[in-house]
Amino acid sequence: MISLTSPVRTRAHDWPAGAKLLALCVVSVVLFALPYWQAQLVAAIAVLVLYALPGQIFLRFGLRRIWSLWPFVLLLMAWHLITGAPREGAVIVLRMLSAVALANLVTMTTTLDAMMGVVNRILRPFASLGVNLRKIELAAAMVIRFTPVLTEKGAALTMAWRARARHRAGWRVILPFLVLALDDADHVADALRARGGFGMDENK
Amino acid sequence: MTTEHNVAQIALFTALIAALGLIPQLTLAFGVPITAQSLGVMLCGTVLGARSGFYAALLFVGLVAIGLPLLAGGRGGLGLFTSPTAGFLIGFPVAAFCTGYAMERMSGLAITWAAMIASIIGGVLVLYAFGISGMAIVLGRSLPEAALLVTAFIPGDVIKAVLAGLITAALYRARPRSVMSRG
Repeated sequence: MISLTSPVRTRAHDWPAGAKLLALCVVSVVLFALPYWQAQLVAAIAVLVLYALPGQIFLRFGLRRIWSLWPFVLLLMAWHLITGAPREGAVIVLRMLSAVALANLVTMTTTLDAMMGVVNRILRPFASLGVNLRKIELAAAMVIRFTPVLTEKGAALTMAWRARARHRAGWRVILPFLVLALDDADHVADALRARGGFGMDENK
Repeated sequence: MTTEHNVAQIALFTALIAALGLIPQLTLAFGVPITAQSLGVMLCGTVLGARSGFYAALLFVGLVAIGLPLLAGGRGGLGLFTSPTAGFLIGFPVAAFCTGYAMERMSGLAITWAAMIASIIGGVLVLYAFGISGMAIVLGRSLPEAALLVTAFIPGDVIKAVLAGLITAALYRARPRSVMSRG
């Protein structure tokens, strides 16, 4: 699976993930509360500097992730130029760009393991309320394993369709796809049971 | 059904939502390649039911948040949760739950209709309520203004709801026991 973490290792990779997430929350709340365009501009430039610091590869990798926001930027600018409130528009555009870019920065500099660690720590207190961490971890691992498998099977199904029909594969291909997923679920469940399962026998 | 079965089904449906967004050449209707991801969310509700459907969609959103590229086009990460479309993503679990709940309530109705109506309630009405609220907040717009921005996408999602109904009914005919919401 392709990775969303940065191709370049930065100093921020070593910072604790929990602290980065907490800082992100605080900064995002502040950004949404700041109504001044000057302040938003300073914030946006600061974010850009953060992106530029680790070098060109990091900068390009990061900006590519934010690029998808361009329709919204265009729309907001047009809207606010027409309604004659360019300052308000600048606040909203800059705020949106900085908020997304900062959140993206945390994703880029935090490994999946570190994120899982934070999730684990957040969920642990809920264990007494019936939240089963083992089940969640196992389910997450299964998703990571089975997403490429299912994608491949789905691609094979659409190819089989195209080999026999003149049109592209339509929605009808989803039914066999669904059945494949359910079959996989049965196999995995049986395999889990055979290896001891979750060891709780409320099972019928 | 065993716990292991339940967990495996939830995980596989989460993977299914992701895979529906990643398969490249899937054209749903009228030659327009629309992403089938929200169709996956609807199917979570109509097939797994409210509870498990909710967990599957929640797991999907959680994994996207910690940085897995599971969203259509290989997108993922925390940036999506502050972007204008964040509401739709955050609304996935609730949409799956409402679809499943509506489905379970309409057990007397023919399955095709029940699944279609449930998908429209959960996958369109509820999901758009979240999506529009998110857009209004991030883009600094009023709710009607934000609603105006997404109206173009509603017909596509209604088509997906209809397809969810047809697919669920076909699955029910082929394997009645797989449709948990009718258990």
